[in-house]
Amino acid sequence: MALFFSYLLPGIPYGCAYALMAAGLVLTYRASGVFNLAFGAQAYVSALLFSIAVQHGWPVWAAFVMAVVLASPALGLAMERLLFRYTRTSGPLVKLVPALGLLIAIPSVTQMIIGTATRLPSPLVLQPWQVYFHIASTAVSGEELSTTVVTVVVVGALAVVMRSRAVGLRMRSVVESPRMAELAGVRADRTSAGAWALSSLFAGLAGVLLAPIYSQVSSSDFTALLVAAIAAAAIGGFESLPLTLAGGIGLGVAQELIAGYLPSGSILSSGLRPAFPFAVLAVALVARRTFRRGAARDPMASCDPPAPAFRPPARMTEVAVGSRVFSAVVASLLVAATLALVPGNWEFVFTFGIVLSIVFLSITLLTGMGGQISLCQATFAGAGALTAGQLAMHAVPIGLGILLGGVLAAALGAVVALPTLRLGGIAVGLLTLSFALLADNVLFLYPWSGNGASGLTVPRPQVGGVSFAGSSAFFWLALGFLVVLGVAVKLLQGGTTGRELAALRGSERAAAAVGIDVRRLRIVAFTLSAAIAGVGGALYGSLVQSISPNDFNYQFSLVYVVVVAAVGVYSVAGAVEAGVLYAVLMQLVSTMSGRFSSLLALIFGLAALTYVRHPEGVVAYGKSWVLDRAEQLTRHLQRGAGRPGGLATVGGRRRQHSGTGS
Amino acid sequence: MALLETAGLTKRFGRVVALSDVSLRIDHGEAVGVVGPNGAGKTTLFDCILGVQTPDAGSVVFAGRRVDRLPTFRRSLLGIGRTFQRLELFSGMTPREHLLVTARVRAGGGRLWKDGVGLGRPLPAERREAGELLDLVGLTEVADVPVEALSLGRCRLVELARALVGPPRLLMLDEPSSGLDEGERATLVSVIGRVRQERGVVGVVVEHDLELVTTVVDRLVVLDVGRVIADGPAAAVLADPVVRRAYLGAGR
Repeated sequence: MALFFSYLLPGIPYGCAYALMAAGLVLTYRASGVFNLAFGAQAYVSALLFSIAVQHGWPVWAAFVMAVVLASPALGLAMERLLFRYTRTSGPLVKLVPALGLLIAIPSVTQMIIGTATRLPSPLVLQPWQVYFHIASTAVSGEELSTTVVTVVVVGALAVVMRSRAVGLRMRSVVESPRMAELAGVRADRTSAGAWALSSLFAGLAGVLLAPIYSQVSSSDFTALLVAAIAAAAIGGFESLPLTLAGGIGLGVAQELIAGYLPSGSILSSGLRPAFPFAVLAVALVARRTFRRGAARDPMASCDPPAPAFRPPARMTEVAVGSRVFSAVVASLLVAATLALVPGNWEFVFTFGIVLSIVFLSITLLTGMGGQISLCQATFAGAGALTAGQLAMHAVPIGLGILLGGVLAAALGAVVALPTLRLGGIAVGLLTLSFALLADNVLFLYPWSGNGASGLTVPRPQVGGVSFAGSSAFFWLALGFLVVLGVAVKLLQGGTTGRELAALRGSERAAAAVGIDVRRLRIVAFTLSAAIAGVGGALYGSLVQSISPNDFNYQFSLVYVVVVAAVGVYSVAGAVEAGVLYAVLMQLVSTMSGRFSSLLALIFGLAALTYVRHPEGVVAYGKSWVLDRAEQLTRHLQRGAGRPGGLATVGGRRRQHSGTGS
Repeated sequence: MALLETAGLTKRFGRVVALSDVSLRIDHGEAVGVVGPNGAGKTTLFDCILGVQTPDAGSVVFAGRRVDRLPTFRRSLLGIGRTFQRLELFSGMTPREHLLVTARVRAGGGRLWKDGVGLGRPLPAERREAGELLDLVGLTEVADVPVEALSLGRCRLVELARALVGPPRLLMLDEPSSGLDEGERATLVSVIGRVRQERGVVGVVVEHDLELVTTVVDRLVVLDVGRVIADGPAAAVLADPVVRRAYLGAGR
C-alpha cells in the first residue's frame, strides 16, 4: 500500500494540470468549435511571466494576478476577437491551422522579447520539494499539496458558478447550443469570449502549477502537457466537464503508476510513461461514439453554411501562359544558380529545400486534395529515412533503400489510416498526432528502428557506375525525384483519384451517396501520402548522412502542416514553394543569433494566421494578386491596340467566376 | 418483380420507435410519395433503404438482391441515386465537376495506374452525359460556377442532376422542395416532370409538401409514428379518413 501511494501521489500534480487545461479545451471547443492547441503556448507564457515576476521581487499574489488572471485571458480574448471569431463556420482545417500557428509562434515571440536565458520556475504556493506530511508513510510534497488544493478550489468555484449564477446559465446554454442560446437572447459571441477568457485562465493556471516540476521553464514541456490534456478532453468526449476532469486526474495518476510498476531500464518503461497519454488519446478517440464521422458534427455546424472551399480562378490565356513561362524561368534560374553561382552551403540549402518539397507534397496530396488532416507526416518521413539507414547497415544499396523506405512508410500509412476510418475532422488529426508521439517515445527508440539518440548513418547513393556522393550530383538526384513525384501528384489530381479526393473533401456523405468507397479512398490517400513522405525522408537522410529519430519528431509534423498551409496547400507548386522558402529562410535565420533564432517559427506561425482569410496560402494569394493586375494590364493593352471586341474575347476566354468570397 | 421491397423494417432509437414493421413494395416504372407528419419516420425509412442507418429488424431487397447489409456506396452503385434534405454538395466544385466525378464512379471508377500516366481525365462520353444532364435540369449557364455561388434552388437541382447520373434505376428524393420559394419550387416540379418523361426514372419522394407530391407521383404511402397507415393511389389515400385524422388533422 505504501508503495502504491508512493507511485500514486506524484501523479496528482500532473493530473490536476491536465484536468485544468482539458477543461479549458472543452469549454472553448463547445463555445466556438475551435480546438485551441495554442493553450499549450499560453500555459508556457503564464509560467514564464510568473517566474520572471517572482524572481524580480514581485509579491507572489501580484505575479499570479499579472500572469494568470490578466495576461493569459487577455491573450485568449485577443485570439477570439481577432481570429477565431471568423472561423466559427469553417471546416476543421481552417480552425486547426491558426491554432497550430499560434502554438508555434507564441513561444518564439516570447523568446524574442525576453531572450533565451534559462528561466527557473517559481512555486506558486508552497515550496515544491518540501515535505509537509505523510499519507501511508509516503511524503506529500508542497507541489502535490498546492496543485491539488488550487485545482480543487478552482474547479469547485467553476462548479458553483456553473450551477447557480446567471453567467453560468448563459455559459451552459451556449455550450449546449449556441444557436438556440442566441435565439433566446443570450449574446453568444460575448459568452463565447467569456469562455475563451476563462479557459485561457485555466491554461495559464495549469502552466504555473506544473512549472515547478521541471527544472526550467521550456515550451516543449507544455506541449506535452497540452497533448495529455487533449487525451483527457477526449475521455470526456469533448463534451462532459466532469468526465474530462476525472480523465485528466486519472491520466496523471495512471501514468505514474505504470512507470512505477513497470520494470525499469527498458525502452518500454522509459518510453511508456511519456507515451501513455497518447495511447489513451488514441483509445478514447477510437472508442467514443462522439468522434465518429457523421456523429462528430462540429458544434457550430448548424449555425450557418460553411465558407466556400478555395478554388483557383480561371485565368486569361495570355496571363496563364505568361505566368507558366515566368515560373519555369525562375525555377531554371534557381537550378542554374545552385549549380554554378552560389557557395557550397547554399547548394546544400537548395537541395534541402527540394527534399523538403517532396515531404510537403505528401501534405498537398492528403490534406490539400483529400481534406484529411494528418499530424504525423514527419513520422512517415522518419520511417522512410530509418528504413533506408537500417537497410544500408545490412549492405542493401541505398538507392534501393530509399525506395523501400517509401514502401515501408506506405505500409505504415495504411496502418495509421485504419483506425481513423471511423473518425471525422479534427479527430483524425489528433489520432495521427498520438501516433507521431508514440513513434517518438517508443517506436523509434529501439536499435532496430531509430536507435534512440545515437541515430543512424545513411550513405549517399551510387547507382551502377554513377555516384551521387557529390553535392551537385545529389542535387540532381533530389530534383529528379521531385519532378517525378510532383508530376505524379499533378496527374493524380487531374485523374479519377483526384476528382474522388475533391469529392471526399467536399462532402463525405455525398461521396458515399454517389458510390465512392470512402474507406478505401481514405486508405489510398494515406498510403500514397505516406509513401511520398517516406521517400522524401529517406532522401533527407541521405542528404545529411546522419539521422536520429529526433529529426522527425512530432513538432516537425506540426510545423510542416503550418508551413504548407501558410504557403499553399492546394497545389503542387505550393509544396515546392513551401519547401524552398522554408530551407532558404532557415539558412538566413541560422546566421542570426540568440533570441532571434526562432524567427523562422514566428514567420510561418504568423503566416498560418492568414489561412483564415486566404486558405489558398499567402504565396498563392500573392501570385493571384499579381496575376489579377497582369490581367487588367493585358486587357488595357488590348483595348489600347484597338483590337475590335477585345473585351468580349477576354470575357469569353475567361471563366466567369472566382468564388463568392467568404 | 418489385424493384424495391422492404419487409418488416424496424428501427428504434432508445425508446423511440422510428419505424415499426414497415413493408413497402415499389415496382418498376412507379413514382411513389412517402408522406407523413414530422417524426413519422420518413427520413429513417430513407436512411435504412440507403444504408445510412442499419435497421434493427427487417430486410431491404433491391432489384432482387438483399442489400440491408451492404454499405451505402455499394447500394448506390447498384443503381440508387439520392438527394439530401440538407444539402450535401461537394464544396468548391462546379456543377459540371459534380457530374463528371459521379459519372466516373458510376462507371466503375478508375485505376490508380491510369491516373499516374495521365489517362484519368474525363472521357468524352462522360462529358456528354454531364452536358445533357445540365441541359435537362437547366443549369448549363452556371455549369462552371462553384456551387457556393448558386442559390438554394439551383443547388437542389445540382443534387438532382448528380442523382440522375448513370442513370439510376431508383431515384430517391428527400424533401426536394424544403427551403425553396414559389418560383424555385415551380422549376423543381417542372424539372422532375421532365426527368420522368425524358429519362423514365422513377422515384421515391419523401416530402412534406403534399401539393408537390401529388403532382409528381401516382401512389402515396402515409407514415405515422413509424407505421404505414395508408398506401394507394394518391387521390384515394388523401380521401381516407384515417389519413385525414392522423395527418391533415380532423375536421378539415
